[in-house]
Formats: sequence, C-alpha cells, structure tokens
Amino acid sequence: MARSRTGADVDFSLKARVMEEADIRRALTRISHEIVERNKGTDDLVLVGIRTRGAPLADRLAGSIASFEGADVPSGALDVSLYRDDVALRGPRHLESTTVPVDIDGRIVVLVDDVLYTGRTIRAAFDALLDLGRPRATRLAVLVDRGHRELPIRADHVGKNLPTSAHEAVQVHINEIDGEDAVLIGEVLA
Amino acid sequence: MIKHLLSMDQLSAEQITRILDTAEQLRSVTDRPIKKLPTLRGRTVCNLFYEASTRTRISFELAAKRLSADVINFSADSKSSVAKGESFKDTAWTLEAMGVDAIIVRHGSSGAPAQLARWVKASVLNAGDGAHEHPTQALLDLFSIRQHFKDFEGLKVAIVGDILHSRVARSNVKGLVTMGADVTLVGPPTLIPAQATSWGATISHDLDSVIGDVDICYLLRVQKERQDEQLFPSLREYAANWGLDSRRQARMKRESLVMHPGPMNRGVEISADVSESPRSIILDQVSNGLAVRMSLLYLMLGGGEPASAAEVTQ
Repeated sequence: MARSRTGADVDFSLKARVMEEADIRRALTRISHEIVERNKGTDDLVLVGIRTRGAPLADRLAGSIASFEGADVPSGALDVSLYRDDVALRGPRHLESTTVPVDIDGRIVVLVDDVLYTGRTIRAAFDALLDLGRPRATRLAVLVDRGHRELPIRADHVGKNLPTSAHEAVQVHINEIDGEDAVLIGEVLA
Repeated sequence: MIKHLLSMDQLSAEQITRILDTAEQLRSVTDRPIKKLPTLRGRTVCNLFYEASTRTRISFELAAKRLSADVINFSADSKSSVAKGESFKDTAWTLEAMGVDAIIVRHGSSGAPAQLARWVKASVLNAGDGAHEHPTQALLDLFSIRQHFKDFEGLKVAIVGDILHSRVARSNVKGLVTMGADVTLVGPPTLIPAQATSWGATISHDLDSVIGDVDICYLLRVQKERQDEQLFPSLREYAANWGLDSRRQARMKRESLVMHPGPMNRGVEISADVSESPRSIILDQVSNGLAVRMSLLYLMLGGGEPASAAEVTQ
C-alpha cells in the first residue's frame, strides 16, 4: 500500500527508488542555500511545511539554514485539508494541527511540500495562508516535481524533476514519519 | 463516517475519538482572527427546532457558518407553517424539496429525528428528542472532560439529578460507558428509571456517599415543572439532598471537575459559588460545543454530493 497525492492509500507496485537518503540530504542542502540566496539573507523568512510530509522537510531546511547561516528561521506546519477543492469528492480527511509560530503579515513565506503534482494542494495552501495573514511574498520549495499540473503553479526551488506518467505514483518517505528517507516511484494498481 | 447522528448507541469508541480529535483541530481555528473555513461552501444546513433552545441552536448555526455552509432557521412557533397545522412529515418534505444537506432537529417526542431520517435524503442530527437523547451534548461533554483527563478508562463520573426525564443523562451514560468510564447515577428513587442499570451504570440515592470518590460531578437541571408531578417534595429538599453546594464540593477530590449542561437553576442543583468555582468547566462546555458541532458537520457532510432541490421521493 502507498499513499496517493491526496493521502489516501492506493495499491502501489514499486518500480524504482529514485532518491536515497544521501540524495535527499544533498537536495535539501542545495534548496536551503537557494532560499537564502534568493532572499538575500534570512530577514523576514518563514518556512511553512504542508502537512503531512512537508512539515518535517521545512524543519530540516530551517536546520540546514541555521547550520551555515547561523540564523534561526522560523518553521511551521500547515494543514490544508479544510481548504481542498476535493472535500466532497474524497470525503473528510484526518486533520492535523496548523502551527505557524510567527505572524506572517509582511513576511516572505516559503511553502514546503514533498511532491508537486497537480498544484491543487498548493492552491489550497494559498487560501489557508491567506486566512492566517498577508505575506509580502509566497514562494514554493518541493522535494520532487513530477509534472502534470492542473493549475498555473510552479515551484521556485525543486529538489528533483521527476518525469512521470499519470498512471504512476510517487511516494516520499521521510524518516520522521516513515522511518527512512527515500523517494519511490511505482505503478498504481487499479 | 456516519450519515445520521441519532443516538450515542451508534458510535464506537473509535468513532467518538475521531470526532473529538477533529474537534480539537477545529477548536484552534476559533482562536484566530479569521475564523471562517471554506470547507462546506455550497452546503445548506437547516435548524428545525420544535422546542425552545438557545445554546444548541446558536452553536449549530455558528458551527455551520464557520464552515461556510448556508443556514436556515426554522422554529415551530406562531410565525411558521406549523402554526397553520403543517405536519412534521410535510415540513420535512418541504425542506427536502428545497435541497438541504443536513437537518438539525430538536423535537419534544422521542424518536422524531429517527422518523425524519427515514423520510429525507439529508443527514439528520439529533439536537435533543424528548427524554430520549441529546448526542451532541454528550460529545461536547466528552470533549470537555478529555481536556482535563487524558484517559476515560476508569474515570469515575457521577451524573446527579433527574435521570428519568433527562436526554442529556441518557446520551452521556452511553458515551461515557463506551469510552470506558465508571458512571454512577445519583438522585431520588422517583427520578431514576428502573432499567438504568442495563445502561452499564451504577445507581445511588445518596450523593454524600459518592461525592468524595468521583473525578467528575455532572449535575442535571431540575425541571421545575416536574415538581407538580410530586416526584420530589420541594426544591429546598432537593437542594439539601442532591444539590452541589460549597460544603459538598469541599469533599471532592483535588483534581475533580463540576459540569452542568445548562441552563442552571442556581441554588437548586448547583449553588452560585460552585458554578463559578475553579472546578467548574461549565463555560468550557458551551464553547467546546462549537468545535464539536463543526467536527460533526465536517465529518458528516464533507463527502458525497451536495443536495439538489426538488428531487424528493415520496
């Protein structure tokens, strides 16, 4: 069993492991540098991870920035379930907490997620953020971009571009949640 | 989840936990500046109240509005079609024909919500039916208890007062027993139904022998109109035997709590100082009602197709 992009369990047959622990570590290190470079420092930065797996990734990016920049960038978590456009289609989902430790008004928010696919999660995240405040700018960092966008959304920082077919599923394992770091690609079984 | 919420009998411990967990996340939304969520946009919820209610109706209305559902309030009073003799069934069909997704119903007759659920396609939520049940009250009470006690297992709860006529007591006993609490029903013999032991609760007629041992003392409203039925001698005698005053409260355990579903008769089942004491979580019960009802509306309506008007099957 694996998770689909909406978090539901789907039958999944593994085809390949496309990123291992070291690949993920290097990608996150690079993204953390890109974020600081793009922002010309860490002033006003806030990292906001989208639940479930974006949240630990945001924490890791903040840890990485702290290690080379010596600055503590606040990092939080956003549950977008209540803002999704597919609530009626897929039914109510398990809710997790939204914890954004600072006021985001006037800040630069970097949304962090594991996989960018249709863009619908990110759209829901925009609405969720808007209810918390008005950032000066919002950017997007993802570990994997697998294409197939259904909305005009793109990521500012990408760990790996992963061409996929719509029949495939991409699954990200994060140590804090799954006990290992890996990116897997597989076939969705009907 | 469930289509209708008619009775606490329907809910397993797992389902109750899911409702309370969801409510906990929704509660944090009510603490922020923008309290509205878009989740139930386009859904319509009708409050259908055949009995007076302030907190339950307002709490349901606010819960639906916070989730962006549209709300219709229908009170069966002199201004509605009920005054013209419209039957319960015709009212139900009227609402169905207008395409409501959920009907929140309070009715003086036990079983009215269950009957309504057989007539309409909408989800039905029981907001109190006769002396039968008031499940959302029980869920918000469980939520309020869980804010103070991590585990229901072995928790000692006394429910005190008019058990016989109380839908709050029935729903709470069922919910508490499902979650593993030890429930004692306390009151005069005339106000405790004979079959109460079959609910999984113990019975006592002596509050003083119970009070020192409980984690929660849950007081029920004395329905003053019952005095005419001579079920207890006088309000004064009721207060002396089964009311919680500061003298009795002083014998309660250190971490114990006092609860009341409201509206209170201060000086009868609860003294004014006890109702305002640090042990009392009566106001928390009211504010938690909002999060718990949001949780139910989300879990019950957040899936499936929205209702459309005029596809009534009669």
